[in-house]
Amino acid sequence: MTTKLKKLNLRVDLQLIAKMVEPGSRALDVGCGDGALLDYLNQEKKVDGRGIELSSDGVNACVSSGLSVIQGDADQDLDDYPDQAFDYVILGQTLQATREPHNVLQNLVRIGKRAIVSFPNFGYWRVRAGLMFIGKMPQTKTLSYNWYDTPNIHFCTITDFIILCGSLGITIENGIALDRVGRTREIGRAGMRFANLRGEQAIFLLKKS
Amino acid sequence: MNNDADSQNEKAANKMVTQNIGKEAILGVDEPLLLDCGAKLTNFTQAYQTYGKLNADKTNAILVCHALSGDQFAGDINPISGKPGWWHLVIGSGKILDTDRYFIICANILGGCMGSTGPKEINPDTGEYWGLQFPGITISDMVRAQALLLDALGIDKLFCVIGGSMGGMQVLEWAVAFPDRVFAAVPIATAPHHSAQNIAFHEVGRQAIMADQDWKSGDYLKEDCYPQRGLAIARMIAHITYLSEPALQNKFGRRLQDREAITFGFDADFQVESYLRYQGSTFVERFDANSYLYITRAMDYFDLAERHGNGILAEAFRGVRTRFCIISFTSDWLYQTAESRAVVKALNAVAANVSFAEIGSDKGHDAFLLEEPEFWKVLTGFLEGAADKYGLTKK
Repeated sequence: MTTKLKKLNLRVDLQLIAKMVEPGSRALDVGCGDGALLDYLNQEKKVDGRGIELSSDGVNACVSSGLSVIQGDADQDLDDYPDQAFDYVILGQTLQATREPHNVLQNLVRIGKRAIVSFPNFGYWRVRAGLMFIGKMPQTKTLSYNWYDTPNIHFCTITDFIILCGSLGITIENGIALDRVGRTREIGRAGMRFANLRGEQAIFLLKKS
Repeated sequence: MNNDADSQNEKAANKMVTQNIGKEAILGVDEPLLLDCGAKLTNFTQAYQTYGKLNADKTNAILVCHALSGDQFAGDINPISGKPGWWHLVIGSGKILDTDRYFIICANILGGCMGSTGPKEINPDTGEYWGLQFPGITISDMVRAQALLLDALGIDKLFCVIGGSMGGMQVLEWAVAFPDRVFAAVPIATAPHHSAQNIAFHEVGRQAIMADQDWKSGDYLKEDCYPQRGLAIARMIAHITYLSEPALQNKFGRRLQDREAITFGFDADFQVESYLRYQGSTFVERFDANSYLYITRAMDYFDLAERHGNGILAEAFRGVRTRFCIISFTSDWLYQTAESRAVVKALNAVAANVSFAEIGSDKGHDAFLLEEPEFWKVLTGFLEGAADKYGLTKK
């Protein structure tokens, strides 16, 4: 099943995340950048949103536009939050930049009744082909850094991620692979290998088992 | 006209002016204010100033809390000094704390020396200056006095409480002690308790005052003298802590003051010395030495966790409903970012609504009083967002 997303101002993966969030809920966006998702959730879904952002430019931009955002990072600051403080904890395109992704994931499902995680898929065929035929570390739209200056230190594939969730006792409620042109594909048991090949990035809805 | 008559006229004029400054409320009339030290204050004066108009619903009030050496004249022109109010950059028509939109209240703290009851005033029970007979006060006492003022003004709930430094301590105390009365809180360049280093600096200041022979064990007003050297030194020390090393370096470096070469004497050879002396000498003209002792003590005693959370800061914040915006400055070494971050951590632990921004600035602790576009942007955005949530319509 594939659907083409209509073009909003929001990045496609963020649109998919926003779709997973119930209106009127409480959400924490970890690595919220300039606050685009929080702003959208606030405006369109009346979500009571909070954010954590590493860069002070991002934080100041968020607070300047009226969003509740603190300067902090996923590895260090999630420990402070109490259990089940939010309906959703969102980690968009940030997991691969954390020092301890497994601990971060556990914190996400502890703090949130549900967690929404998106990440670039290292199993994407162009990534594989890049290594195979060019022999260089891959650079794609979502993985645009050089190997030496990338903040992304913990890449994984969709398969890797599913295995990790299993070993951490995290239930996957929904998984979506997103291809290069914005087509989505549900990641089911049957289509996993295909999704892992075709998906440039993936979005998962998780909860503690 | 002879000179004596001239100076007498001048004295009379001064008295009239000082009696006619700002507004004042007599509080603790029906029921005394019970202070933390156990003393009770009846019929005490709370001097205050307001800017803008209170709306019909009384929902647009912002309480501005002043710092150690501040006063109620936050905006416009300070009628006593004739200089702009200490936060005139932020308060006014069309400014961040927009007086066309908000009703701004700023009260001279209890124990202060700008009209509120404090050691400089007359104790009605004895007819003499309070001096050291004035009871010890705390930040919490100041805040409860302000709450009585709001009662007198008929304001149940503040849209926002905001302040820097000691003002920020009052903001924190307000949100914790009166969670139903504060919608939004902005503690700036402050801390949940005074650090050992901060207490230490205050102690040096107090010792300077008390070592001045004219302090007279606190009875200088009775004996018609004034410990101005001591107070000036206290101010000079404190002033260094309000700046940063780069700020001092940029402003003065090692430049000499009105001379070509060093003098091998102890006059102010360096510009920085001259600057500090000037800061000290102007401060003594407007501040009471005993007041300085009492207020610095109140700051030293401030410990939000101890008072409200059995030593655990997060516990102090349990149940707060206020939206917080915590702001610190990179070069502030008096109230460092780590202190603000401790507040943020504690607020997160109770899932409170909090924003936190550390502003890059080389202006030190005083940055909150100065032109800092990034700080102003954050403040503006937070207030806009909060006003929107509170249902305050745009002007």
